[in-house]
Amino acid sequence: MIFFVEAIASAILIFGGVFLLIGSIGLTRLPDVYMRLHAPTKATTLGIAGVLIASCIIQSYRQESLSISEWLITLFLIITAPITANMIAKAALHHEIAPIHRTQGQELIVTAKDRTPPPSEAKED
Amino acid sequence: MKPTKFRFFPMPFHTFLLFTIWLLLNNSLSAGHLLLATVLSIIIPWGVSSMTTERPRIQKPTLAISYVFLVLKDIISANFSVALLVLGPLKKLQPGFVAVPLDIKSELGITLLASTVSLTPGTVSAEISEDQKWLYIHALHLENSEELIQEVKSRYEAPLKEIFGC
Amino acid sequence: MLDIAIQIVGLILCVSLILNLYRLLVGPKLPDRILALDTMFINGIALILLYGIALENAIYFEAALLIAMLGFVSTSALCKYFLRGDIIE
Repeated sequence: MIFFVEAIASAILIFGGVFLLIGSIGLTRLPDVYMRLHAPTKATTLGIAGVLIASCIIQSYRQESLSISEWLITLFLIITAPITANMIAKAALHHEIAPIHRTQGQELIVTAKDRTPPPSEAKED
Repeated sequence: MKPTKFRFFPMPFHTFLLFTIWLLLNNSLSAGHLLLATVLSIIIPWGVSSMTTERPRIQKPTLAISYVFLVLKDIISANFSVALLVLGPLKKLQPGFVAVPLDIKSELGITLLASTVSLTPGTVSAEISEDQKWLYIHALHLENSEELIQEVKSRYEAPLKEIFGC
Repeated sequence: MLDIAIQIVGLILCVSLILNLYRLLVGPKLPDRILALDTMFINGIALILLYGIALENAIYFEAALLIAMLGFVSTSALCKYFLRGDIIE
């Protein structure tokens, strides 16, 4: 394999791996469930995209033809990541899992759970 | 369900999507797969077109494409900012909930807005009010809630509104 | 050089999977565990793709695609169950 292609593929692969690790570190380190949601949904999107692009480059080079089926997984994960995050947030809100106490706007949790407008607006109406 | 006039391409966009995904899955451009993809992408929409619901049409295709690139750019910047927040000191983080008033009416527009908000820096959309007028967002590091609401509205909602024209 | 990169990323992914497992076992509430499981699915996809690169075999791609789909479906099914499982409303 040419040195140049190999170098680029390795760099992208390690880049993706580091982001996957950051996502997992965030999952372990952050204090409550709402904050934990942020790390995996965002960091893993770029992480998996990095690994897939590296795989795409290497397979294209080995087969001597363009291999683009990896993009299918990337697209699928970009579409589904926010949906998963939203459903987990919904589930957490539904069971009124308490966030850490320095969270701002905690009065919104009850209205968000009931799916009603926020309290300040309800008074004005 | 009212009987509709038979059309050869009931869902042109989905026909194109099926065709592309079939070729992507098989990862080939041989004559056999091209033929199979064409046949499948014409026959499947005939069967499922009666199940679809009305959806708004894209009014401004060029704006839609530039919106996709804006979101892709924001995904990358979101990753770096979230990585810095996650690896930095946790005591400084000020998480918070925000309610964003929505102007978009269409369901597809709200779905796209919620997904975009989840993928962009420091915010995850958590819940939507029953009357579809409020979007509840959780922010990882909230400095100024008014600023965040304004940013979401001007940066993401305004172009989406323009794209779907509602 | 690619071999070294693959080994490094493999190590990184194993560490991430262990961190996810920690959250899956400890995670105080059920949503934490669902989130940990979802992240494990994604790390698993990356590990399988890495294995495919290392063995110079393109067939692992299909397995990764299947795991991506199963991961999404199972996560949303778990969340739906958790939302609806509560009878007293």
